[in-house]
Amino acid sequence: MSLPAPTSLRKTPLNARHRALGARMVEFGGWDMPVEYSGIVDEHMAVRTRAGLFDVSHMGEIELAGRDALKAVQHITSNDAAKLAVGQIQYSALTTPQGTFVDDVLVYKLADEHFMLVVNASNIIKDFNWITGHIPQEADAVAVNTSSRYALLALQGPASRDVLQALTGADLSSVKYYWFTTGEVANVACTISRTGYTGEDGFEVFVPPASAERVWNAILTAGQSAGVVPAGLGARDTLRLEAAMRLYGNDMDETTTVVEADLGWIVGWKKPEFLGLNVLQSQKAEGPRRKLVGFEMLDRAIARHGYDAYVAGAQAGTVTSGTQTPFLKKAIGMAYLPTEHAGPGTEFEVDIRGRRAKATVVPMPFYKRQK
Amino acid sequence: MYPADLKYTKDHEWVRIAGAEAQVGITDYAQKQLGDVVYLELPEIGRQIKKGEVFGTIESVKAVSELYAPVSGEVTQVNASLTQKPEAVNKDPHGSWMIAVKVSDPGEASDLFDAAKYTELTK
Repeated sequence: MSLPAPTSLRKTPLNARHRALGARMVEFGGWDMPVEYSGIVDEHMAVRTRAGLFDVSHMGEIELAGRDALKAVQHITSNDAAKLAVGQIQYSALTTPQGTFVDDVLVYKLADEHFMLVVNASNIIKDFNWITGHIPQEADAVAVNTSSRYALLALQGPASRDVLQALTGADLSSVKYYWFTTGEVANVACTISRTGYTGEDGFEVFVPPASAERVWNAILTAGQSAGVVPAGLGARDTLRLEAAMRLYGNDMDETTTVVEADLGWIVGWKKPEFLGLNVLQSQKAEGPRRKLVGFEMLDRAIARHGYDAYVAGAQAGTVTSGTQTPFLKKAIGMAYLPTEHAGPGTEFEVDIRGRRAKATVVPMPFYKRQK
Repeated sequence: MYPADLKYTKDHEWVRIAGAEAQVGITDYAQKQLGDVVYLELPEIGRQIKKGEVFGTIESVKAVSELYAPVSGEVTQVNASLTQKPEAVNKDPHGSWMIAVKVSDPGEASDLFDAAKYTELTK
């Protein structure tokens, strides 16, 4: 049996906690992160039925402030940040002039002249350099990489609200999906946002790193009777895939456009300009050559990232994500396919290490929670 | 914790040799590294496998790993109930045999590890 080799890595403030909890640690985006504690399937099911607590402190934060902060955000991201109220969040893309992804981000409107972008761990430095290089020169706006100021804990699952409410004076029922508030959690001043990467209700809590362990322990203790468990990046990946949420570096990158990734809903089509708008507009008008689709395996096999997809015997695309999902108990995935073969019900084949296995295009998301 | 009646490889397979026949599986260490096993691909009965050669594939939720033959010989049995319930590998790795092999060169087993040596190796 072949096993991967270890390397030397960055650590979150909770690294010692993960080891004490018996987590299996892996490298992710240059960080030493817990991939699983009790097991991916266990943790996945806990999040779908109760709740799981994730350390996602490796995620980055880049803040933009100044009189022209909105103008700068509007120029570098695809979604329309002018629609955001203070306290509101939107999913967006940091785009190249070709309409491809520098990164996918969450944009928080902290104040009228102050925004925060939450970015992928492996892209923090790249994004920061990109942003400082693309803030319009005449703009009164500055970008600061504030990643080291925050640990980030994600409590996800149907029990999340009740568990977290017991630890905070903030009224969580008044915080709507993709909004945030500030308040104390376990007597630590935090930013609490109703967001996540699992397809469940849940919260992401921005915590000062020195207090990360205190808040982590408080949530696990408060959640014990509700069956809250620590959950790792393995379950985070299977959960996000069931919910059809894209993973940067797998499902899109600097070679794929926002339209090809089928994320037209994060484009502010009425904005006067942003990097890549022209390309995206013409792709939308003419239809992209290829498109990201969801699929289910018909044959008994698991398609994984990087496997080739074949339509009518010819190589026609690539699988970007794929696994056997614990809740749906199916082999599912996402792939880029030619637009003319991207309709639901279209059958295609995946090369599974030399063997061809049948798959069919299905609508996304694969899983949608009952509200 | 590693049964004394098994022999082990550096690639974390185990082999149980009884006369001319050997059963093959993966170790507790291997199943822990893999995590939840969801898929197992095993060879056809009758296939000749050589020591060190890939004889199958095991997949967890997260990863794909190849299975290496600890001894050479002809595959005489394949554990079909295990391919139907591959998660059994996590629950009982040393009881979950994958294939049985008619050993062609019993001398080959001499460089496999015993339980004590393998325990050392996985510390």
